[in-house]
Amino acid sequence: MSDKNKMTSNTQEILVKVEGLSKKFCKELKTSLWYGVKDLVSGVRGSSEERELRPKEFWAVKDINFELRRGECLGLIGHNGAGKSTLLKILNGLINPDAGKVTIKGRVGALIELGAGFNPILSGRENIYNNGAILGFSRKEIDSKLEEIIAFAELEEFIDMPVQHYSSGMKVRLGFAVAAQMEPDVLIIDEVLAVGDLGFILKCFKTIDTILPHTAVIFVSHNMPMVSRICNQVILMERGENKFQGEDVSRGIDYYYNTFLTSEDSNVVYTDNSLELIDASVKGVTPINNVYSVKWGETVVLNFNIKNFSLTKAPYISLAVYDKEQRAVAEIYPEGQQLNKIVIDEEISFSFVLKNIYLSKGIYHITFNASEKAAFNVNYKIHKAITLKIDHEKQMWTPFLLDSEVINRIK
Amino acid sequence: MALETRVYQKERTIKFGALLKASLKDMYHSRFLARQLAERDIKAMYRQSYLGIIWAFITPIATAAVWIFLNSSGTINLSDTGIPYPVYAFSGTLIWSIIVAAINSPMQGTQAAKGILTKINFPKEALLLSGVYKLLFDSAIKIFLLILFVFIYGVGFHWSLLLFPIAILGAIIFGTTVGLFLTPMGLLYNDIGKIITFGMQFLMYVTPVVYAIPKEGIMKTLMLWNPITPIVLTARDLVVGFTPVHLTYFAIVLMGCIPLLFLGLIIYRLSIPIIVERLSA
Repeated sequence: MSDKNKMTSNTQEILVKVEGLSKKFCKELKTSLWYGVKDLVSGVRGSSEERELRPKEFWAVKDINFELRRGECLGLIGHNGAGKSTLLKILNGLINPDAGKVTIKGRVGALIELGAGFNPILSGRENIYNNGAILGFSRKEIDSKLEEIIAFAELEEFIDMPVQHYSSGMKVRLGFAVAAQMEPDVLIIDEVLAVGDLGFILKCFKTIDTILPHTAVIFVSHNMPMVSRICNQVILMERGENKFQGEDVSRGIDYYYNTFLTSEDSNVVYTDNSLELIDASVKGVTPINNVYSVKWGETVVLNFNIKNFSLTKAPYISLAVYDKEQRAVAEIYPEGQQLNKIVIDEEISFSFVLKNIYLSKGIYHITFNASEKAAFNVNYKIHKAITLKIDHEKQMWTPFLLDSEVINRIK
Repeated sequence: MALETRVYQKERTIKFGALLKASLKDMYHSRFLARQLAERDIKAMYRQSYLGIIWAFITPIATAAVWIFLNSSGTINLSDTGIPYPVYAFSGTLIWSIIVAAINSPMQGTQAAKGILTKINFPKEALLLSGVYKLLFDSAIKIFLLILFVFIYGVGFHWSLLLFPIAILGAIIFGTTVGLFLTPMGLLYNDIGKIITFGMQFLMYVTPVVYAIPKEGIMKTLMLWNPITPIVLTARDLVVGFTPVHLTYFAIVLMGCIPLLFLGLIIYRLSIPIIVERLSA
């Protein structure tokens, strides 16, 4: 037996096993409470029936399966309300599943709420003990780690001040400093690290990086670069169901982004009603769901058709490129625009050549902007005039993949 | 070292023995957490208040004062209690307040921890134990005050006074048991809490708190059936040095409480996940 344990207690051992896990929730409070009463009675009597949905109920989590070994990290991604947090609550043993089974081996640590058990009246030092006790430390353990915790939280000066006078960032720092002392086998992380300043977030992830190799981590986040950095498998959840699952993290993330694409309409952000964009396209490319696929490094021609209502002079056109997280990535000021006289109530077309697009793989939106002169007196601005999908075999998290090659040969 | 394995699933075979064992084990292991929580609440309560400790016994003193006044002014005419009436009234209201606090304790403790219950997995039994700690702290102050009273009114010292804490312990056990059964429902519906507050006011009048059991009539029957009666009477008899007449009844109530307390613990353990699901704070 002990031999066998030694054999399996290496990186191969499965720490979390989830089979057919489902959980239902009720949409209405009064009904929910009444079901709660019924569940109390059946829970105490130990009946194992009623797997069906009752009126006003829905599946918050439906049929989720996965296995997680030591050293692995599972990313749970999906829209708000997709069931991620509910799944975490079941894994953490806070609520019971309605179907299926979870088997967890070892000490479970959860970074779901930092600073649980803090009392605002008491000092930081006293609250370290409160929080530590809730996280399962003994008094001796906290005594021995106290200095380390205070130092990690960088709160030496304020540790004897009541917590109610702390800033929210300081509270989170103190909470994380205590939680970081856990040595879990399974670590559950919900979006808690969003607060706090950049320096502290970096410190948190440094700590998590050191915990990662000998822990099975389940990580919920909307921060895709972070997911792609630390996870080696993902589950994309949608309405409680598993939409994508696998070790191809970047594909899962692509699916996640694609779920936002379906409802993508271009939207006018500003107009003085002097003109209107009627049509925008990429020359020689047929759009699929309004998305134009372009190979990395290709040169393309963008066509825009506007209808002029009241301008007497052609507007200056500029474009901006945004990535799927709405970060501005690049600007385009086409050279050689001549702002000639134009006729009212006529259509005018513009064609711009974009040479060698070195945007990295992914989805990009182009914003169309018409103004009197470059960056002066805007007439019309529309987001997502054109959506581009850049194809390349490499997945990356920077917006550009620059064209490069080796020019010296190693002898 | 073999790792501890936990399984969460819908199908559970409910073995009362195993559940009780787990519950008691968790309670034992969460002593530090329970103490920490109790300490936290007590400290926080007194740190943000000037009157502090006075709030622990202001209600029983006020109730007793009202009755002492009603009696001494001749507004009402109470039968003789055998001891100075102020001692009788004050000991009654104090013991009563301990029982009421004990009944409310499990529910209030769990309710207050709602925020962490829905986010962190810790032994929930710690909440109950910390409630008991807080009760003991409060009761110790009340007992001290009561003894002071007893000496001021010249009832004097009796050896039975040393047994008084045991009677108070009985009161706490009784109250906690009752409270434990009300907790699961009380967490779902606020009505339960209101009913307790409301009901206890009336229950006080069918318990010999501020007046003795009448010689005959419906009130006598009600008071004798009331399981709180032996607790209040026994505790008071021990303070003033009378021979407790209801000792057997007291023992029966306490003996009945022990298995019920265990059952309450099991129900509590089973119901917390169900309640957390509905709370989701």
